[in-house]
Amino acid sequence: MTATHPEKLLSPVLSATWGEEKPWTLATYRAHDGYKGLHEALRMNPDDVIALVKDAGLRGRGGAGFPTGMKWQFIPQGDGKPHYLVVNADESEPGTCKDIPLLFANPHSLIEGMIIASWAIRCSHAFIYLRGETVPVLRRLHAAVAEAYEAGYLGRDVLGSGFDLDITVHAGAGAYICGEETALLDSLEGRRGQPRLRPPFPAVAGLYACPTVVNNVESIASVPAILHKGKDWFRTLGSEKSPGFTLYSLSGHVTNPGQYEAPLGVTLRQLLDISGGVREGHTLKFWTPGGSSTPMFTDKHLDVALDYEGVGAAGSMLGTKALQVFDETTCVVRAVTRWTQFYAHESCGKCTPCREGTYWLVQLLRRIEAGEGVPGDLEKLNDIADNINGKSFCALGDGAASPIFSSLQYFRDEYEQHLRERGCPFDPAASTVWAGTRGRRNPAGKARSTEDDPPGDRGPDGRNGDFDPSENGVLA
Amino acid sequence: MSATEHAVSLGLPELPAEPYPAEVRERLDADAAEIVARYPQSRSALLPLLHLVQSEEGFVSRTGIRYCAERLELTTAEVTAVATFYTMYRRRPAGEYHVGVCTNTLCAVLGGDEIFDELQRHLGIGNNETTEDGSISLEHIECNAACDYAPVVMVNWEFFDNQDPESAKRLVDDLRAGAEVRPTRGARLCGFKDTARILAGFPDERPGAVDESGAGGAPSMAGLRLAHGESLPGASGPKVVSPRQQETADQDGSDSNGAEGDEA
Repeated sequence: MTATHPEKLLSPVLSATWGEEKPWTLATYRAHDGYKGLHEALRMNPDDVIALVKDAGLRGRGGAGFPTGMKWQFIPQGDGKPHYLVVNADESEPGTCKDIPLLFANPHSLIEGMIIASWAIRCSHAFIYLRGETVPVLRRLHAAVAEAYEAGYLGRDVLGSGFDLDITVHAGAGAYICGEETALLDSLEGRRGQPRLRPPFPAVAGLYACPTVVNNVESIASVPAILHKGKDWFRTLGSEKSPGFTLYSLSGHVTNPGQYEAPLGVTLRQLLDISGGVREGHTLKFWTPGGSSTPMFTDKHLDVALDYEGVGAAGSMLGTKALQVFDETTCVVRAVTRWTQFYAHESCGKCTPCREGTYWLVQLLRRIEAGEGVPGDLEKLNDIADNINGKSFCALGDGAASPIFSSLQYFRDEYEQHLRERGCPFDPAASTVWAGTRGRRNPAGKARSTEDDPPGDRGPDGRNGDFDPSENGVLA
Repeated sequence: MSATEHAVSLGLPELPAEPYPAEVRERLDADAAEIVARYPQSRSALLPLLHLVQSEEGFVSRTGIRYCAERLELTTAEVTAVATFYTMYRRRPAGEYHVGVCTNTLCAVLGGDEIFDELQRHLGIGNNETTEDGSISLEHIECNAACDYAPVVMVNWEFFDNQDPESAKRLVDDLRAGAEVRPTRGARLCGFKDTARILAGFPDERPGAVDESGAGGAPSMAGLRLAHGESLPGASGPKVVSPRQQETADQDGSDSNGAEGDEA
C-alpha cells in the first residue's frame, strides 16, 4: 500500500551522494564507500562475482530487464578470444533521463561497476558509448576515467590484482538506433548504426566478433553496492522477481519533475503523492511507464506496481522507468503524432516494415491531426502499426507501434473527434509550462498542427538519428 | 535555369577533394594517432575522427572525409556513408553556436514548440538554417535525456534547462552579442569547433570546466531531498526537516489522495 513518508518510500543509493560536495570527484566518491565494492570483488573469484550478481537478481535497467548476471555468464570462458564490456550510455528513448543525470553527478559509480564487471567476465578493454549530445557528461567521464587511472583502478595490474583494464570513452554522433545493442556495436566499430541479425548474440559474437557484454549505465552502476552491501541487502528492496532499487524519472505535467530513486514496485500514485502530484488545477490523462516505446497508461493504472512483472501484467513494459505525465490539456493525437515522427526520423532504413511503415504512419497522423482525416483512417493506422509490430528487424519498430496501439485502445474517441470535428479540439498553449501565468502572452494564431516541423528529412541516404529504445532497452 | 547550370545534377564523378594543407595535416596526424590508439581496431576511430575534422572546419567537408579515409585506409565512399548517417555531423558550414530546441513530444507539449517558433521568428531563420552573421544555427532536436527539465534547449550540446520563449530569445541575443553564456548544466560555452574537439575525445583543457554548474538542478535532487525529509515546492505533507516551502498543504501526504489533481 502507499507509504506515507517519502523517507520510507524512497531509497537513494545511486543518487545518495548527489547532494555532497562535488560528488563527481573520486575524493567524494571514496568518502562515501566508493570503490569498496571493487576491493571486495577482487578478493573473489570472477565466477563467484557473476554468481553473486545473478543471485542478487539485478535485472537490466535499460528497458528489457534481462538478468545482468546471466548476461555475464553467457560469455564463454577459456575461449582464447578477447572479451569486451560495452556500456550503453546512448540514452535517447523519449522521456528517458536517468543515466545522463547519474553520470553527470556520479560517474565513478559506473566506472567502479565496469571494473567489477570486467573482472568477472575477464575483459581487459571496456568501452562507454555515450551519446554525443551530452557534452557536460562527456567532460566528467573524461575526468573520472583519468582520476581512476591515476588512482590505480585502471591500467596495468589494477590494485595489484594482476588484472589489466583500459576504459575508452567513446562519444556517439546522434543516432537513437545506436541504443539498440547490436547497432551500438556496429557504430562502435566505425560503421552506420544498424542492427545486426541475432543470433549470434553479442555474448558470442559482439564487438569485433568477440564475446561482448552490453549493459545499460544504471545496471552497471548498481553493481558496486551489491558487492559492498551484499545480495541479501539488495533483495530487501523491491520484489522477489524485481529486486533492488532504481531511478524513476518523473516528467511532464507534474508539480515536481525529477529523479526519484526507490525500490522497484512503487506506484505512480505513490510517487505523485510524495512529490506534489499533477500540476495544480489539472488531472492526469495519460502517462508512459518507461518511455515512448512502452504502451501508454491512463489514470486507471495509477496503482500498477512499477516493476517488470507489474507493468507487464498491465499491458505495458517497465522500460526505462521514464514516467512522462500528461494532463487533460494534452491532445493524445498530437503526442502520438510527434512520437511517430521521431520513430520515422530515427528508423535506420534497414528493414522495410519500419522504414516504410513509420513514414506512412506519420502521413496518416498528420492528416488526422490537421482535421483532414477520412473514415477508415483509424483502421488503416492500426493496420500499418500491426504490420510494423513484430515484423521489423529490431525493437524500434515495436516501439513505434506501441503508442499507436495503446492510444487507440484508450483514446479512440479522441481520434474520432478529430475526424468528426475536422480539427484538433485542443489549445496547445494550455499545455505549456507557462500557461495561465500572468504577463506571458501566448502567441495567438499558432497553427500548431501545421507547424509540426517535419522531423528532419529522410535523405536518400536513409540516415537517421539516434534511436535508443534500448538505450537502451526496449531493444536490448 | 539551364540544364547545364548545375554540374552536380548530371551525376558526373567529382574530382577528388583537396587534401588539408601540410601544416594542418601534421597537426591532425598527431591527434588522429592518439585517437586510433584508443581502439583495438582502427576503424572504431572513425566517429571520433569525424568529430576531429569537424573541430577543424566546423563541419565535415569532403576534405575532412578524405582525410579520415586516408588515415583509416577506407574509401571516401565508406566514410561518407557513415558521416551522413549521424545527425551531429554537419555537411555544410554552419553557425558558431548550434542552438537545438527539443520538440519531441514532452518538451513540445510543455512549450518547446512555442520556443522553436519564437526563435525562428526572432532570428529570421528556419530549421537547419544559420543567421547571416554566422553566429547561430537553429535546429529542432529530438529527446536529449533531460525531460525532467523540460522545455530544454541545447547550445553546442550543453544544457539550458527549463526554458521559455523569453529566456530562449535572451539566450540567443546574448550569444550574438558575444556575451559569456553559462548553461544550467555544463561549462561556460565554447565555440562549436572546441565542442567538436571534446567529442573527439580530447578533454576540455579550460581550468575548472569540469566542475562548473554543480551536480544538477532541482529535478536531479528532488527524490534525494524528499528522502532526507525535506519538502518540495508545492508538495504538501508532513516533512520532518527543513520546512522551507510555502504553506500549501491541504493534504497530509497520506495515501488515498488521488494523484490526479493533487493540489499544490
